[in-house]
Amino acid sequence: MIPESHRFPDRAGLALADEGLRLALDRARQGFIGNRRKAVDALPEFQELREAARRVKNHTLANLDLYLERFESQATAAGGQVHWAADAAEARARILAICREAGARTVTKGKSMVGEEVGLNEALEEADLEVVETDLGEYIIQLAGETPSHIVAPAIHKTREQIRDLFAEHHAPLGLGAPGLGNAELVARAREVLRREFLRADVGITGANFLIAESGSTVIVTNEGNGDLSNTLPRVHVVIAGIEKVLPGFEDLSTVLRLLARSATGQEMSVYTTVSTGPRRGEDLDGPEEFHVVLVDNGRSAMLGGEFREMLRCIRCGACLNHCPVYHAVGGHAYGWVYTGPMGSVLTPLIVGLDKAHHLPNACTLNGRCEQVCPMSIPLPTMLRKLRTRGFERGFGTRTSRMGLAAWGFLARRPAVYGSATRVAMGILGWLGRRRGAFRRLPLAGGWTGVRDLPAPEGETFQRAWRRRGARR
Amino acid sequence: MEQSGLMEDASQVPAPRRVGLFVTCLVDLYRPSTGFAAVRLLETAGCEVEVPPGQTCCGQPAFNNGDSATARAIARSIVERFEGFDHVVAPSGSCAGMLRRHLPELFADDAPWRERAERLAARVHELTSFLVDVCGSAAVERLRGAAPPRGVRTATYHDSCSGLRELGVREQPRHLLAAVDGLDLVEMRDAEVCCGFGGTFCVKYPGISGRMVSEKVENIASAGADAVLAGDVGCLLNIAGRLGREGRPVRVFHVAEVLAGMAERGIGEPASGAAGTGAVAGSSRG
Amino acid sequence: MLPDGGATAAHSFAERPACRPVEGFLGEGMAMTTGSGGAPSGARARVLDAVRAAVRREPAEAEAEAAARREEIEARIAAHEVHVRPSVEGDLAMRFAEKVTLVSASFAPVPGIDGVSRAVANYLEEHGLEKEIVVTTDPLVERVRWSNEFAVARRAAEPEDRVSVTGAYAGIAETGTVVFVSDRTTPTTLNFLPETHVAVLARDRLVAHLEDVWARLREERAAPPRTVNFITGPSRTGDIELQLELGAHGPRRLHVLLVDA
Repeated sequence: MIPESHRFPDRAGLALADEGLRLALDRARQGFIGNRRKAVDALPEFQELREAARRVKNHTLANLDLYLERFESQATAAGGQVHWAADAAEARARILAICREAGARTVTKGKSMVGEEVGLNEALEEADLEVVETDLGEYIIQLAGETPSHIVAPAIHKTREQIRDLFAEHHAPLGLGAPGLGNAELVARAREVLRREFLRADVGITGANFLIAESGSTVIVTNEGNGDLSNTLPRVHVVIAGIEKVLPGFEDLSTVLRLLARSATGQEMSVYTTVSTGPRRGEDLDGPEEFHVVLVDNGRSAMLGGEFREMLRCIRCGACLNHCPVYHAVGGHAYGWVYTGPMGSVLTPLIVGLDKAHHLPNACTLNGRCEQVCPMSIPLPTMLRKLRTRGFERGFGTRTSRMGLAAWGFLARRPAVYGSATRVAMGILGWLGRRRGAFRRLPLAGGWTGVRDLPAPEGETFQRAWRRRGARR
Repeated sequence: MEQSGLMEDASQVPAPRRVGLFVTCLVDLYRPSTGFAAVRLLETAGCEVEVPPGQTCCGQPAFNNGDSATARAIARSIVERFEGFDHVVAPSGSCAGMLRRHLPELFADDAPWRERAERLAARVHELTSFLVDVCGSAAVERLRGAAPPRGVRTATYHDSCSGLRELGVREQPRHLLAAVDGLDLVEMRDAEVCCGFGGTFCVKYPGISGRMVSEKVENIASAGADAVLAGDVGCLLNIAGRLGREGRPVRVFHVAEVLAGMAERGIGEPASGAAGTGAVAGSSRG
Repeated sequence: MLPDGGATAAHSFAERPACRPVEGFLGEGMAMTTGSGGAPSGARARVLDAVRAAVRREPAEAEAEAAARREEIEARIAAHEVHVRPSVEGDLAMRFAEKVTLVSASFAPVPGIDGVSRAVANYLEEHGLEKEIVVTTDPLVERVRWSNEFAVARRAAEPEDRVSVTGAYAGIAETGTVVFVSDRTTPTTLNFLPETHVAVLARDRLVAHLEDVWARLREERAAPPRTVNFITGPSRTGDIELQLELGAHGPRRLHVLLVDA
C-alpha cells in the first residue's frame, strides 16, 4: 500500500466529518478500554509481568543476531525453510517465488501486519494469484477494497448494513443471496464462504506473533481460528514475520502472552495460541507438507542500531491506539498507512520515511496515556518527541508554525524584551476583552478560535503586578 | 507512577522552606490570579515565597517541537535563576513536568550542566503535590476552610495529562478540595482523558483538538457541576473557550484559586461587576 | 502418548521415526549452522550484518566476545527460567472448571473412562446433535468404549464432520486452556473443522500454569510436535460492530470432559 500519511490533515478532516465513524470509534473505545481495565485489575502481577517482559525483550534485542541465527538453525532442523528479506520488495519476491514453486493458484491469508506493510496482497494478485483474507475483519475490508483501520479489529469502521451489502454483492457469483442483518447470520455466511476457500487453497500465509529461538517455532494468536485453518489445511504454510518477533524460549513466550491478550482485548488468553514447528511429520494425518518462514527486516535493523530500538519491543496489541484520544477522534484511516495510533506514528516515519509522514509524530498531545498502558513499556511520547526533533532539524512543518515558534523562542530567551512585549500585548488584549471576557475571533488566532473562544487575559501580567505590589510582604 | 504521600506527616518542626515560584508563562500572561493564589497557599503552608525576576517560559514549546537548542538555552537560564531555592513550585503539572522530568534530558552530552539540571529537577513540584506530599498534613490542615466561589456548590476536576502521568498528581488536588467548606466534588466521566490542548497541538490540528475538547466539555456538562477546576491554565483556557463557544454556563477556575478562597472572576468571564454569578457569567458568553 | 505420560524423550522419539529431532529443544548444546533453507544468501547476509552492526557492544566485536555472547544465550535458553506467574491457588480442577466456563466453553467431570461415552451422548442429545463423531486415536480416547448408538470414525477431519472428540495433552488451570498436540494419533484439523468439539482431558494432565506444559513437553518429547494448540474457549469474533459472536471459523462449541482416568 502506498503511504498517504503526508495527507494526514486532509484525511483527519474527512474522518472528523464522518458521523458513522464517530459512533464506531466511540463503541470501540468503550469496549476496549473497559475490557482491558477489568483484565488488568484482575491480575495483581500485571506490573511485574510488564517489567519481566521488558527485560526479556531488551535482552533478546541486544542479542538479536544470535537469536535469529538460532531460530533459523532450529527451524531448518525441524524441516522448515527460512528465508530472509532486507526490504519490502525482497519479501514480496520471496513469497511470490515460494507460491510459484508450489504451483499455487489460490492463497488464504491469516491476518499479518507485516504482510500489509510489505504490500503482499497486491504483489500476489498482480501475479494472478487469488488471495483471500480469512480474518473476518480483514475479509470485510478486502471486499471493500480498503485497508485496516484498527490493528486488532480491522473493520471497526464498518456497520452491519455495509457488511451485509458487501456480502450480497460479492457472494452473488457463488449463487448466494443477501444474508440477513443479524450478527450471527453475517458471521455464519463468512464462515461458509471462507471454509470453501480454505479447502481449496494451495498456500496458507500467516503472520507470526512470536518466533521461538529455542525450537525454531512460530506462534500465532487468534480468536477466530482462521490462522489455524490457514496453517493446517493448505499444502504449503508460509509465515511472514518481522525480525524483531524472536523470543528466546517458551518461558519468555508465556510471560508475553499474559500481557498480549489482556492488553489487546481484555481476554486472559486469546482463544487460539498455536505453536508451529516445521512441516507435518512422517505419520501425521494432517498439516502442511512445506513450512517456510520469511524473516523481514524492512527498516528494523536501523531501528535496532539507533535511538528507536525500544520500539522493537512492540507486540502489536493495539492498547496504545485504544487509549489514544487522537485515534478516537480520527480513526485509523487518517494515518494513511498500515500502522495507526501512537505506535503507527512512530513506526510509519521510521519505515516509509519522515518526509512522507512528518505529521504523524506531531499530531499528538503528548498526553502519555499510550505509554501508561503499553504492556511492553515503550516510551512512545519520548519517541514521538525524538521524531519531532528530527523533523525540526530537517525543516519540516508549516512556515507559520516554525515562525511562531521562533518568535516565542526569541522572547523566551530575552526576559527584558519578553517583559515589555507581553506587558503591552496583554494590556491591549485584556482591555479589548474586558466586556465579553473572551474573543470569538482574533487576527492570527484562527487555529484557536475556529473551534473555541479565546478567553481574554486579565490585563496586567503576574510579574508586573507582583513587582508593583513589591512591598507586599 | 508516583504515589502521593497523603498520610505522611512530613512536617517535623519545619524550618520555613524557601520556595521559588515558577510562575509559568500562561499564568504570567493570562491568569495572574492563579499566581497570587499560589503564593497565598504556599505562605499559609508556612513557606517563604520568592518570585525570581526575569521568568519567561519552561521551554516546553521548543522542546516538544524538536527545537532542542532553544529549549536548552531556556533551561540554562531557569537553572541559574532557581538553583538557590529549597524548592521550586509551579501552578502547573505541565511546566513542573517539563522541569522535573525533561530538563536533564536536554543536557545529555553536557555533564556539568546535566548535574545542575538534575539537582534542580529533583526539587521541582507541582503546586498541589507540593502542598500535600512535601508540606505535609499539618500544613494542609492550615489550608482548611476556604469558601468556594460565590454560587458554586459543586465542582468537577479535570486531570491534566502531564501532572497525572509524569508527576502522579491525582489524589492531591482532590484531597485539598475536600477541605473547602461547602464545596462538593463530583467526578466527570473520563476525567483523565486529554482535553485536546497539547500546547501547540491545539492550533496545529484544530479539528482534532476541537473534537477532543468538545467531548471534554460534554463530560463536564454531564457531571452537572457548577464549575470545572484543573491545575493547568493551558487546559483551562481550552476548556473555558469551548464552554463559552457552546454557551454552557459552567465556570472555570484554577484549583489554586478555589483552595485559596480567591476565585472571583472565572476564566473567560467579563471583567466588570457583571461576573457575579455563574448564571450571569454563562449567559454573558452566549 | 498422553495418559501414560511418563514416556521418556527417547521412547517418545522412537515411536515417531519419521520425525527428525530438533537439537537443543531440551536445552542441550546445539550446532549453530549458518546455512539457510533455500533463501538467496545475499539477503541473509545483508540482514544479519545489519543486525550485527546494530547490536555489537564494540564497533569491532572480537570473535571471542561474540562467542561469549553466544554462550550466554545458550545458557539462558537451557535454563528455562520461569518469570513471574499469576498465583493459582486451591484445587486445580475447580479453578479450571471456573475458567473454562468463563470463556464460553462447557465442562463436565466424568468419574472414569467408562463414563465418557455416556457423557458425550448426553451432551450431543442436549444440543440436538447426531451421534456421528470423529475421534482421535490417542491412548486415552482409544480406551473409550463407544456405545453402539454412535457412528465413530478415526481419521483427520473432513469438511462435513459435525462433531469431533479429541484427546487433550494438558489442561491449564490458570486460564481454562486446553492443550492439544499433533501427531499420528491426534490430527490438528479435528480441533478446528467440526462445529462441535469435545475435548477429553485426563485429570492428571491438569497443570497450574502455561510453563508447566512446556516442562512436560520437554520431558516427554524429544522435539516439539508440528503443532501445539492452546485453546481457550470456542472460536469467536468481534469484527462486526465489536459484538461477540461464537463460531467464526473454528468450533462454535467446546465441551471439556475432565476424566478421572
